[in-house]
Amino acid sequence: MTDLDPVIAAVLLALMAATAVAAAVRRNLFAVVIFASIYSLLSAAFFVVLDAVDVAFTEAAVGAGLSTVLMLATLALTGDQEDSTHHHRALALIVVVVTGAALIYGTSDMPAYGDPQAPVHQRTVDRYLEDSRTEIGVPNAVTSVLASYRGYDTLGEVTVIFTAGLGVLLLLGRPRRRAAR
Amino acid sequence: MLQNPIVRIATKTLLPVILLFALYVQFHGDYGPGGGFQAGVIFGSGLILYGLVFEPHRLTRAVPISALLVLAPLGVLLYAFTGVAGIAFGGMYLDYSVLGPDPKAGQHLGIFLIELGVGVTVASVVVLMFTAFAARSRGT
Repeated sequence: MTDLDPVIAAVLLALMAATAVAAAVRRNLFAVVIFASIYSLLSAAFFVVLDAVDVAFTEAAVGAGLSTVLMLATLALTGDQEDSTHHHRALALIVVVVTGAALIYGTSDMPAYGDPQAPVHQRTVDRYLEDSRTEIGVPNAVTSVLASYRGYDTLGEVTVIFTAGLGVLLLLGRPRRRAAR
Repeated sequence: MLQNPIVRIATKTLLPVILLFALYVQFHGDYGPGGGFQAGVIFGSGLILYGLVFEPHRLTRAVPISALLVLAPLGVLLYAFTGVAGIAFGGMYLDYSVLGPDPKAGQHLGIFLIELGVGVTVASVVVLMFTAFAARSRGT
């Protein structure tokens, strides 16, 4: 287990906080989408610091790349200025503060980073890590857990992605093939 | 089409590398980080980049929507039927050990097939989503 480098972690988290605030105060939605993309890229870097490279990979590809493109495509449909006529600033502030306080309160009950006594490490993780090489023979234990030990879950996830695509096509209409040539 | 020559030439130069990297992530997921999901997103993002920089209809000419509509469910079916194959070869659903001459070879084959299914579905779905949005924003 490698220890979390406190300096790198603090710098990344400070940058993420600054990006989130910058996104919150902007009225131009184009800028907000770009800030959200930067936020995703920073959180991908933070996942690398946490030794979760597979998660970082996904966050960089989906959060920073793909969802940015889809958000920009949405802005092309809706316009890029925030409609601020229906705002309830006080209510929004209360919701954000209460949610944030609840989340921070929740973290006080979480096990420390890398704690081998954490509940998640008590049941099947040891078996996966010890037997994956002999049972599955795949060097990347993440792949053997996702694809083989937890094959049902991954099948469910693929079905979810397929269903999401189906939903978009049903809502937006099937793209026409006869686009102007 | 974007007229900026830097963007166009950079896209043309980078696109083969992006698609090749996606295939690397797809087939190297057993050894390094990555797998079907990430590979599918990268492959789809490469195609979307092409559609963004050039016109979306040039993307759909290269990758017809009718093909994507077949490929998206095909990936899910490949995954599901790899599971059924486990039953057919005398094991349990999604048990790959029985698919090969020995359990490890079976696991390798099974993981290869289901990751391929994941990659095909994810890549097709993200490109379909993009084309659906693009068709709308052009007022068609």
